[in-house]
Amino acid sequence: MTQPTFNSLNVGDEIPALTTPSVSRHTLALYCGASGDHNPIHVDLDFAKSSGLDDVIAHGMLSAAYLAQMLTNWVPQSALRSFNNRFTAMTQIGDTVSCSGKIVEKFEKDGEKFVRLELYTNTPEAQTITAEAVVVLA
Amino acid sequence: MIDKKHIGYNFTPVTITVEEGRLKFLAKTLGETKGIYTDPDAAKAAGLPGLLAPPTFPFMLEIDALDLVDFISVLGETLEKLLHGEENFKYYAPIYAGDSITVRKKITDIIDKKGGALQFVISDNSFTNQHGKIVADTRTNYIFRHQ
Repeated sequence: MTQPTFNSLNVGDEIPALTTPSVSRHTLALYCGASGDHNPIHVDLDFAKSSGLDDVIAHGMLSAAYLAQMLTNWVPQSALRSFNNRFTAMTQIGDTVSCSGKIVEKFEKDGEKFVRLELYTNTPEAQTITAEAVVVLA
Repeated sequence: MIDKKHIGYNFTPVTITVEEGRLKFLAKTLGETKGIYTDPDAAKAAGLPGLLAPPTFPFMLEIDALDLVDFISVLGETLEKLLHGEENFKYYAPIYAGDSITVRKKITDIIDKKGGALQFVISDNSFTNQHGKIVADTRTNYIFRHQ
């Protein structure tokens, strides 16, 4: 894999996108166990209904993990300095999660070179995360 | 309504060992196939001491250290009202399988929104490894729906 460099990138460039298979109840059951986030709203239909929802919803952090995976497919994880996620809508069973991102700023600080990215996850119905990341580059 | 007396509350620090099997399970769940996340031999061949924990892993340690239900009961609230508003990470060093990470969690703010229909509870969390190095900080924004 050719690693991106500071000089090879421009503001407005998009990074390689990532779209996941549709989120199933099985995905959420596995993520519940693997992540340790045992909130029943993600796996227990009875609980979801008692919370006023029609069905269980995906963990927001599952989509954030997919966004992070898009980033670490692009640069080594050690390049990632910050990763800020704001959850803006719910992800439903059967949704695909489309991750995308673009460079919005290039800057130098304390002798290091950085790019700032705006990142998004979208389901077919809604934008579900607005995120920002700062990555250090050679 | 959540009492603002909780602002400044420090939870007891908790130290957690990062298990290799857990990181493998997580990689499988996420469809991650890169060897440094899935294969201990590949991680060693890449010069790492063990499997690499992915970028959102500190949030998982945050929950391991303090179960959501226990956290919410301190606030006098229930899980049905909870939404996750924001999760923000700063990274200083990697986390590997076999590391022993101490999680420190503090409630730093409680903010009323929409005339009290919503409350934001902000917690700041720090993660220190067995060498005394802070590997990450996170800020979590929990949203409670009162109506």
